[in-house]
Amino acid sequence: MGAIDYQSRIPNNVHLSDDRRLQRALERWQPNYLSWWQEMGPDGFQTKDIYLRTAISADRQGWAHFDYVKMPDYRWGIFLAEPDPDREIHFGDHMGKPAWQTVPGEFRNVLRRIIVTQGDTEPASVEQQRQLGNTAPSLYDLRNLFQVNVEEGRHLWAMVYLLHSYFGREGRDEAEELLARRSGDEDKPRILDAFNQPCNDWLSFFCFTMFADRDGKYQLAALAESAFDPLARTCKFMLTEEAHHLFVGDTGLERIIRRSAELAQLDPNGDARAQGGIDLPTIQRFINFWFSYCLDLFGSEVSTNAADYFGQSLKGRFGEAKRYSEHTALGQSKTFKVLKDGRLVDEDVPLRNAMNEVLRDDYIDECGNAVRRWNKAIAKLGLDFELSLPSRRFHRRQGLYADAHFDPAGNPISEAEFEANRDTWLKTESDMEFVRTLMQPCHEPGKIANWIAPPRKGINGQPFEFEYVRFA
Amino acid sequence: MAANAAPQPPVRFDTHPDHYKHWNLTVDGAVARLNLEVDLHGGLRPGYELKLNSYDLGVDIELADAVRRLRFEHPAVRVVVVSSSLPRVFCAGANIRMLASSAHGFKVNFCKFTNETRCEFEDMSAHSNTHFIAAVNGACAGGGYELALACDEIYLIDDGSSTVSLPEVPLLGVLPGTGGLTRVVDKRKVRRDHADLFCTKAEGFRLRDALRMNLVDGGFPRSKWDERIGAKVDTALHARGGAGSEQGIALTPVSRTVTVEGAVTTVDYPSVSLRIDGDQRLAEITVKGPTEAPPADAAALHALGCESWALRAFRELDDALLELRFNHPTEGLVLLRTEGDPALVTAWDDALSGWREGGDWLAREIQLHQGRTLRRLDNMARSMFALIEPGSCFAGVLYEVALSADRSYMLDDPDQDNFVQLHAVNFGAFPTHNKRTRLDIRFLGAPETVTQLRSQLEPVDAAEAQDLGLVTLSPDDLDWEDEVRIEIEERVSLSPDGLTGMEQNLRFAGAETCETKIFGRLTAWQNWIFQRPNAVGERGALVMYGHPEKPVFDWKRT
Ligand SMILES: [Fe+2]
Ligand SMILES: [Fe+2]
Repeated sequence: MGAIDYQSRIPNNVHLSDDRRLQRALERWQPNYLSWWQEMGPDGFQTKDIYLRTAISADRQGWAHFDYVKMPDYRWGIFLAEPDPDREIHFGDHMGKPAWQTVPGEFRNVLRRIIVTQGDTEPASVEQQRQLGNTAPSLYDLRNLFQVNVEEGRHLWAMVYLLHSYFGREGRDEAEELLARRSGDEDKPRILDAFNQPCNDWLSFFCFTMFADRDGKYQLAALAESAFDPLARTCKFMLTEEAHHLFVGDTGLERIIRRSAELAQLDPNGDARAQGGIDLPTIQRFINFWFSYCLDLFGSEVSTNAADYFGQSLKGRFGEAKRYSEHTALGQSKTFKVLKDGRLVDEDVPLRNAMNEVLRDDYIDECGNAVRRWNKAIAKLGLDFELSLPSRRFHRRQGLYADAHFDPAGNPISEAEFEANRDTWLKTESDMEFVRTLMQPCHEPGKIANWIAPPRKGINGQPFEFEYVRFA
Repeated sequence: MAANAAPQPPVRFDTHPDHYKHWNLTVDGAVARLNLEVDLHGGLRPGYELKLNSYDLGVDIELADAVRRLRFEHPAVRVVVVSSSLPRVFCAGANIRMLASSAHGFKVNFCKFTNETRCEFEDMSAHSNTHFIAAVNGACAGGGYELALACDEIYLIDDGSSTVSLPEVPLLGVLPGTGGLTRVVDKRKVRRDHADLFCTKAEGFRLRDALRMNLVDGGFPRSKWDERIGAKVDTALHARGGAGSEQGIALTPVSRTVTVEGAVTTVDYPSVSLRIDGDQRLAEITVKGPTEAPPADAAALHALGCESWALRAFRELDDALLELRFNHPTEGLVLLRTEGDPALVTAWDDALSGWREGGDWLAREIQLHQGRTLRRLDNMARSMFALIEPGSCFAGVLYEVALSADRSYMLDDPDQDNFVQLHAVNFGAFPTHNKRTRLDIRFLGAPETVTQLRSQLEPVDAAEAQDLGLVTLSPDDLDWEDEVRIEIEERVSLSPDGLTGMEQNLRFAGAETCETKIFGRLTAWQNWIFQRPNAVGERGALVMYGHPEKPVFDWKRT
């Protein structure tokens, strides 16, 4: 297969056409990737023309190239942010030394684990979302779903590039495993719990892109600070794509919320459900569910791994270079609320060990901003209802708060009390049943399902009515 | 390093399945299941959480109890499945924070005790027709894998993420020294380069590589797990001759009375007494021989339950040895005595050996238990002198106590009877960790002596015992008191570390076995590494584990 035109088949800025080692690895992996895509990628629509953005180079003009493309023909490429030849490590124990262009043996296992854990989430989310095309509320949303899907596929490629290029035989094995695990599978589940949860309706999809993809953003941003330069540059470029996923989630929820408020206004009893919409309390329960699951993705509040990652200069804080002036994080601490004898008391933890929580803090702030915007939209429609984020302690499966029970405000409560209120706080079977009844496809240009408002504008300057997916 | 400064309540080893916090023992006919679900907040000492099924001494005390009960209360069991009730985690090994906050001596005793239980798995497999299957249904690291290694077969769940690992060297700067390294290469015969890869790879290997290197025997996906483990159980059960019909006996708690008077603590049991003299740094253990002849037949032995002398005395001796190890660390010399009628001791030996030969499981288990207790005695990191005086009964199984001691002194008093007596059991019933008898080890350079001794089963007096090499010295009645006193005073004045190392080197002459290597290396290498600044210094790896700063090593090799 020596005569392959790598540049056109696999757009890249990593000199793939000169890199025999990487070519050999990808030649074996790519067919497996394509069969994974056929088996576990979007159900149906594989022969349809979809108006998609493709990255064909890493510069300003090239990273967002729009055209109709069939998903299996999507040119999944390998892009890293432009290199800075003088880059120095700017935090942790290796601060001041040149950034690493190869993997230091000492950190080989740790880095591989970080990359595999991140990489595993990319195909996982495609698997979780594979049925959603069949119930899309509009062509615009259908296209956005597929855009997210192909880009998650590309993110997998990005992580596999790192594994293939820097981790030898073990890296190749891990790349195969990334295609072997399956979201929600009893035998080969994905690594993280939130990525094994079903995501079969569009309210869940928007919650997922709002909350789980946003975790991705923060993880990528922290890794974009890494002393391991190829990882840092890879993550930096992925962040440009991730922004669109977050936009899909944030505006998707906003459109459902806005529509819900409108329908409640229309209804004589103020009941959005009666008007074929999703009522705000149900939306709140979905938010509570997904937000709390996604908080777990940041890892334990007090974590040896987190301290090691920071100390080893492998993973920084969000905006480490720009937002902080002190970069050792030594001799400092962070205060936690810890449950002691049924009461919350303050406990100090060395800052490095609290790095997961530092990242979680920034994430929670950003989620809070979105909720405030949604509440403004509700208020603007004259409805007296406020959505809120539950406390970081509520409904946790991992870390400091996992063994106890808390209400959405974060107050410790008994297990009985939690169970008694579970259906008020978390999405229920009947909520999901109801939401599913609304999930009817609307595949006509310019049309949209009743339970969601149309977007304020289309994609790439196109109108909402644009034929984002061609069914012909 | 933070040693246990505050006074701690004594460690005790009494427990019962009804009171387990960490293990769940269920017995269904010939199959027993031991499921680990460690109580996060149930640590033996305050200051650490037992996350991810990590264990401390409390967890191991329950395991030792469970294994003991399997032997005596559930003799019909042929297959034991060791597994976890926690999702995605089998066992993360010894708790690191517990190790980091424990005094050195405690760590050593903890590792030793843990390993003695693991050796008991293997002892049961070899002699009690009981097969152990490790059903590793989640992450399995360090001591967790060492536990699995003690089983006959290891199966690992094939879920794309669970691994077996020995991460001690790369993560903590210490060794998987509770049998891990030795069992990998000696028992499972993993190639040494593979073992080297394995023991330096902190995250370990998933099924495919683990299988390739023989670190496990197989693996199954979660959806087929129960079914396939069930099939392995059936196969093992078949290989072990199918279900048994033996009726067990109940093990009631040993009865122990502790008295403290000044520096002297006395622990009294019906058949054993332990006296601790804190001022003299001296411990004295006296085992009382049987007061009655053995029962008429095996049925009568069963009727006695755990109250027969042969079982009770050795359960008590076992408890006294652990009491000494864990609660009285500074008493460096143990004087071993016996009291009673040697003829009754050998009568019990005769009876048990006869019943065992006739296929009685309880007689077999009692002798195995005696053997294990004697090995616990061999493993004491204390100097041991046997004092053979008139009224003693160093005969048969109790003569093994004298053989286990570093030296034996026998009073040669023409006015009082004082004998030691060999029995057939001294020639094979109680092998040491190196699978030889204590007599074989004693006469390593003169195996013909052992052959001759086989026909010397009559009581022998002090002079003859000395001639035959059965005791170290036999001072006469005029010298005895002073001689023994001086020897004792000299011994307790020597460096405890030097003595421990010396004794362990001298006790197990002859070819090594898996077990001698495990305990020998535990004593030497693991202890040394656990003491070194690279592990426990201010910036040592064990101390820095879980802290924000990384360890600093002294790079010099020896
Ligand atoms: Fe992604
Ligand atoms: Fe994403």
